[in-house]
Amino acid sequence: MDDYKITTDALDDVGHLISERALKGETVLLNMGPQHPSTHGVLRLLLELDGEVVVNCIPDIGFLHTGIEKNMETKTYEKAAVMTDRLDYLNTVGNNLVYCLAIEKLVGLDVPARAQALRVILVELQRIASHLVWLGTHGLDLAAMSMFLYCFREREMIMDIMEMVGGQRMMATCIRPGGMWRDVPAGFEEAVRQFIRIFPKRIKEYENLLTRNPLFLERTKNIGILSKEDALRWGVTGPMLRASGVAHDLRKVRPYSGYELYDFDIPTQSDGDTYARYLVRMEEMRQSLRIIQQALDKLPSGPVRSNNRKFVPPPRAEIGVSMEALIHHFKLWTEGFTPTKGAVYEAVESPRGELGVYLESDGTPKPFRVHWRTPSFLNLQVLPLLAKGHLVADLVALIGTIDIVLGDVDR
Amino acid sequence: MGVEQKLGNLGVATMKLEQAVNWARTNAMWPMLFGLACCAIEMMSAQAANYDLSRFGMELMRASPRQSDLMIVAGRVSRKMAPVLRRLYDQMPEPKWVISMGDCASCGGVFNNYAIVQGVDEVVPVDVYVAGCPPRPEALIHGIITLHEKVRGEKITG
Repeated sequence: MDDYKITTDALDDVGHLISERALKGETVLLNMGPQHPSTHGVLRLLLELDGEVVVNCIPDIGFLHTGIEKNMETKTYEKAAVMTDRLDYLNTVGNNLVYCLAIEKLVGLDVPARAQALRVILVELQRIASHLVWLGTHGLDLAAMSMFLYCFREREMIMDIMEMVGGQRMMATCIRPGGMWRDVPAGFEEAVRQFIRIFPKRIKEYENLLTRNPLFLERTKNIGILSKEDALRWGVTGPMLRASGVAHDLRKVRPYSGYELYDFDIPTQSDGDTYARYLVRMEEMRQSLRIIQQALDKLPSGPVRSNNRKFVPPPRAEIGVSMEALIHHFKLWTEGFTPTKGAVYEAVESPRGELGVYLESDGTPKPFRVHWRTPSFLNLQVLPLLAKGHLVADLVALIGTIDIVLGDVDR
Repeated sequence: MGVEQKLGNLGVATMKLEQAVNWARTNAMWPMLFGLACCAIEMMSAQAANYDLSRFGMELMRASPRQSDLMIVAGRVSRKMAPVLRRLYDQMPEPKWVISMGDCASCGGVFNNYAIVQGVDEVVPVDVYVAGCPPRPEALIHGIITLHEKVRGEKITG
């Protein structure tokens, strides 16, 4: 033991985070990541291990810091929308939505009913796609390789719908301030209906593979229990909070984009372990399907963009015939619009939790301050709490169950 | 005028050693399991059932750089990540190749700011650039096939 001693100056940054035993050589410090198959991106963890038991787990983030907030402040409001997709890249449409909701609140812009319903459909499809990536990778981490293949098969169906709407699989930026970029093409409704028809059977398929699988239960039951109090204290939101027994969902608590029109439940569990979080997310996919079904059935006809020309560019056809439309088009794309001084905070329920954006305007065409309240960042904070006392192998399950997206954590 | 033409079909193919080695290299290229950002999700799609990267002998992603010979830089490289990326590259055994996947890795993409390396070629030598934000799985596969073509033309002696 004597030859294994860590000098404290090598641990200047983390010395106060590890226990005394590490300095005496009783526990081992181990680096995990940033390149590691189970960290879901570029997360680095410093582990203090007693044998195989995690004594301390210190996340080191910032390996994907992109400076998105500052970059958005150098662009006009509408042009900055392309940046939002690249934050949480599994919830691209949802990021667009919250940013556009914030702008609409800032300048008092109306959104047509059809655009609101289409937004709901796209965001719920995106939620399913995001949960599918979570389920696929979580299964992969826990040695259920086939989950990955099955989940990505269904995800491709959603990606095809996204491509149909926005011309791009992931970063479509089809939600714009004041509505949608353009109306959905003719085959959209049929494609979504087909997905709704097929998908419930597929969820059953996943559940047959996992829900009562003894290997899966062994790896997830009673692993990483998060109590209700701790969840609330650490600011955890989304499926993690709901699996700990708090029925908090922004779609119900503070409805936006017409969620109050749809009938759906908030799935909750009381155990707060990895298995409970799995059950919550599986049920959420079913609820998303219900919302999509209702939104499709009630889909109103009409315009998909606001008619307020001070903020929303006129359609292409108008530019050729109306001088005023040409002026608006030119002004909006060279200067952008100018909100009055003020600040807004707007939040939506992303697949990971409360995704909020704070916009501050100083009366110029560019935002003075953009700040994102990202759910992954806050949810990741409970990882040390969850990991304490578990084995290293369980840590893999825990990183998966938090469902972090490093783009969302680091921005 | 090969030996087969003199002696008939022996069930033997003759070729240069160089061709044989390059053929083997292109058909069992092991990429490193290394995702950075958005492009990593499309890289995962490329490996999944619909696009099935294993058709090109590349289904085996190795988590360790020591077992892999292709690095697909999938996503934006931040200044904090760049030294790590270089270290991973240095740990890969020769011969090794790099595909820069997506606009961010190739040139910084939409992120021209303090945090992002403006092109991963500042850090490691790149063989093939794949455009797109993010590139479709087909685009990545095209990039890989382009790399295979390049490898087929390589000399095995320095």
